[in-house]
Order: sequence, then structure tokens, then C-alpha cells
Amino acid sequence: MAPVLEVSGLSTVFHTRRGLVRAVQDVSFAVNAGETLAIVGESGCGKTITALSLMRLVPMPPGEIAAGSVKVDGTDLLKLSDNEMREMRGSKIAMIFQEPMTALNPLLTVGNQIEEMVVLHDKCSREVARKRAVEMLHHVRIPEPDRRAREYPHQLSGGMRQRAMIAMALACRPKVLVADEPTTALDVTIQAQILDLIGDLQREFGTAVVLITHDLGVVAETAKRVVVMYAGRKVEEAPVEEIFARPYHPYMQGLMNSIPRVGSARGLDVAPDERLQEISGIVPPLNDLPPGCAFEPRCTKADARCKTQRPELATKAPDHIAACWLA
Amino acid sequence: MSTTVSEARPSAPGFLSEVLYLSRRYPLGVAGALIMVTFVLCAIFADYVAPLDPFSTNARSSLAKPSEVNLLGADMMGRDVLSRIIHGARVSLAVAVGATVLGSGIGAAVGLACGYLGGWFDLIVQRVTEVMDALPLLVMALVITASLGPSLRNTIIAIAIPLVPHVARVIRSNVLALREMPFVEAAKATGMSEMRIAVVHVLPNTLAPLIVLATAQLGSTILTEASLSFLGLGVPEPYPSWGRMLSESAAEYVRTAPWLVIFPGLAISLVVFGSNLTGDALRDALDPRQHD
Repeated sequence: MAPVLEVSGLSTVFHTRRGLVRAVQDVSFAVNAGETLAIVGESGCGKTITALSLMRLVPMPPGEIAAGSVKVDGTDLLKLSDNEMREMRGSKIAMIFQEPMTALNPLLTVGNQIEEMVVLHDKCSREVARKRAVEMLHHVRIPEPDRRAREYPHQLSGGMRQRAMIAMALACRPKVLVADEPTTALDVTIQAQILDLIGDLQREFGTAVVLITHDLGVVAETAKRVVVMYAGRKVEEAPVEEIFARPYHPYMQGLMNSIPRVGSARGLDVAPDERLQEISGIVPPLNDLPPGCAFEPRCTKADARCKTQRPELATKAPDHIAACWLA
Repeated sequence: MSTTVSEARPSAPGFLSEVLYLSRRYPLGVAGALIMVTFVLCAIFADYVAPLDPFSTNARSSLAKPSEVNLLGADMMGRDVLSRIIHGARVSLAVAVGATVLGSGIGAAVGLACGYLGGWFDLIVQRVTEVMDALPLLVMALVITASLGPSLRNTIIAIAIPLVPHVARVIRSNVLALREMPFVEAAKATGMSEMRIAVVHVLPNTLAPLIVLATAQLGSTILTEASLSFLGLGVPEPYPSWGRMLSESAAEYVRTAPWLVIFPGLAISLVVFGSNLTGDALRDALDPRQHD
């Protein structure tokens, strides 16, 4: 089966006063229909810019998608004209955002906002679009969708707004859904519901999902494959079970060690006074990356070669690649 | 259960119940609207409402005090003040509403374009509006009427143009903030064109400041018209306008015949008051966040 979304060699840069900032460099991945690929990494590692690059929503200028291709069903989005790209957004590739509170226009009813986009892409009548909006709200399990469609965003709870956003994103049955931290602004119980919902709809519609998150718990629960990003580059990629069982890159290992384990505080498998490990230091500035491995200044295992030579992605185990000299 | 709830909520409330609801919720706004409606009706049916002919002079009632014949007194030429106020409502309201709508409309469009497009367009338009702002409103209106010639239409244009930079600046600053809102980005992600986003998503969100600004401008446009008419560049004599009635008599008769000053002034104040009340209520009524 050919992947629905194929990203290869994607590089996005920003021309700033302090020089060229390489926000995303040479990132490649592929997602099959109905599958979820998670992109993880800490703040500033290029996750969101990757997501925006897929949608071609990077502000230009100062941004620029310098190289690579983003193929949806074989069509390279980066080669389309602005008008053609606009046609694709929403119909073939859709996005949901982190902030359900402000991602809906406060002055339009929820139903109206979904209608707007259905009319836009399907060129159908308002009547048909309205029915479709209510139907979508029903799909995302909003009770009384008929009534809710006529309500304004402020009358909905955070979780319900995110459901409405999902309804809007999926209203035109896009092939690819880009979800940029869709649950970060929600509390934990709602998070689980939203993730379940995305999973269910994904199975139902066969949507390929790119899930951007920094929450490894979310990754373990939903993703099939994981891409780990650091300082704008992909540093590791593997199926989810594999990467959790054998993280090769010291950065991924560090991330795993920084997760609290249930029971650890009670001393079931570790010493009761053991502290949670952190990765010391911060992400290097993207306009001033070290010549070698970008993670080297923070890496506990780094040696002389890491300082001077940047490791390329290499296969460390079947279907498991990582960019590290030592792994 | 859920169906009974949704049925209990009328989907399209009748016009009457809507009016009743609004009047309970915005009593001041309804009062303002009543004032405005009264003036508008007076203006439209001036020929039937006015007790006397506003143009016919009468030497015997020159500067007559308010009496049974001249309810609000008469001016130097013996013309009935009440009748002149009623007829003057035509000019004054036409100028006030016309200039405000025209000025705010163009201003909003310019502000939206500036704020949304940004770049060199914004830069140039901003410099032009600053130059316009540096000239006093009256001087600019004078220049415009002087070049266009005095007439009702030209008066409206002359008063509207100086309003444009003012409105444009406020709308632009609003748009600059709105442009960065996540819902604008979300709208882009749904494939909407920039133009459509500007009109459907951004413009409605600037309505609140626009309404407040417009209603506040209404009064000053009436006074500008007065000054223009006083200088002979507004609506030509003998047609009455409140502003001219006020400014003609203010210096000469304020002590000897104060009704010549008080009543036109009162009419202007009432319209400004009414429009402000209406505007405030309108702003709240149009904001869905104020309802439940």
C-alpha cells in the first residue's frame, strides 16, 4: 500500500535579522491511510513548523520552505499554486490546533463555521452544508448536535470546542489530518476522550493522522510510528513498541527517563528517594547549531567525534533508524 | 429528555417577542431607538407634522417668545422655530447619518485593508491618513466644499472624508490584533481565501469599536455641518438646518431670545444622546458573548 502522506527532505527556514534559522531540516516520513504517526520533541524542536509546513501555512516571509516534497496521494503540495493549495486545505489535508478556546471565531455559530468550509469545498447549497455540519457534530459525539450547531463557541466547553474543531477538520473527509497538540489545553479525562475520538474517526474515515505532541503517554496510546525531532532534525524513527522498548538516541532515552512511573515514588521497583531524571541544558539556538551533533552539549555519553561530526540517520535495528554515533 | 429540551427552545422567536425581549434587556437602547425613530419620522413627514410653514416670514412675530402660536418661539424673521426644527431634521439627519455611514464605511474598508494586507500598502495609506489627520476637520471640510460647491450631497462628502483616517486607524489596530488570532489561522487551514477570511472572520470582530466610534461621530458631524452652513458652504439658505439655526443666533440672541439657541441645541443633543444609547445597545446585542 502506498502511503497517503509522503514527506521527504522537508526543510523550512526563517530569514531573520539574526541570520538564517533552520527550523526544520531534511525531515522525511510517511504515513499510511488509517495510521497515526507521532512527532515528538520538546518546545522549539520544529514540530509545529513541520506541521505548518505540511499545510503550507508557514508565514512567508520570513519563512520559506527551502527544500523537500510533501506528497498527499502522490500530489506534491509544495509544487501547487497558492490557489490550488487553498483547494487542498480542508479537503485533502486538514489541521486541528492546540487552542480550542481561540481557534473558533467567537462571532459565528459552531454550525456556521463548519458550513462555511463545507460550502467552500463541496460547492453545495447552504441547506446541504447545514445538514452535514449537524451530522459531523453528531459524529464527534456532541449531544444534541442540532442545538449545538446553533450555539456560539463560548457556550461550549473546552472539550466540546475541540470536538467541534475535529468535526470541522473532518467535514470534507480529508486524507490527512495534522493534529498539533490537540489535547494539550484540555484536562486529562477529556484528553483521553478526544484521543479515542480521533482514533475512532480515523478508523471510520481511513484518515492518516500526523500527531504532534510532547506527551509520550499520548504517543504510546495512539501512534503506530514515532518520529523524534531535535533541533529541527529527525533523530530517531521506529514503530511505537520498538522505540519505547529500545530507544537508541540518548535524547529519546533522556525523554523516557524523565517520565514519572507509577509506583516509583512508593519504591516498588526503584529506591524511594530516587529523583526523576532530567535532560540538563536547553535546546541550542537554531541559528547557531554546534558543528557536530546538535544534542552533544547536553549528551552524557558524547565523545570527541560527536563534537565535530554530525551523525547521519542510520539503521540500528530492523525498521528502526537513529542519528547517533554511539548507539 | 434531550428532545424535549430542544423543542422547548423556540428556534425562531416571533418578531414581537424578540422586541419585547430586547426592550427588557436593553431599556436604554430602546429609549434611544425611540428618540431616533421619532426624529426620522419627523424628518420624513415634516410637511404634515410641522404646525407652520418654516419659510414664511412674519414681521409681527419677530423674535416672539414661545406661545400658543409659536410653541418654541420664532426667530428674527418671525419664522416658527418648532417648524424649522422639524424641517431642519431632514438636513441634519441626512448629513449626520450620511456622513457617518460614508466615512465609517470607507474608513473601515481602508483600515481592514491596511491591517490585513500590511506591507507597503499599509505604510503608504498610513502616511496619507496622518497627513489628513494633521489638518483640522473643519478646514478640510471647508476646502472640500469650496471645491465641490455647496449642496447637501457635497456637504455629506466634505464631512465624511475627514472621518476616514480616524475610523481607519481604529479598525486597523483592531485588525492587526485579530489577524494573529488562532481562528484566522484555523480558517486558513480550512482553505478559505484571504479575502473571505478578512470579510467573514475579521471584519465582524471589529464591529463593536466601529459602532461606538460611529455613534460618537454622529454629533460632531451635525456641528461641522452647522459651521459649514454658517460660513455659507453648507446646505444653502433658506432651507433650515439645526446647526445653522444654532450658530446664526448664538452670538446675537442668546440673551434676548434664548429659545433660538436652546431648542435647536436641544434637538442636536437629543439626537446625539439617542444615537449613543442605540449604539451601545446595538453593540451589546450584536455580540453573541453577551447572550445565553
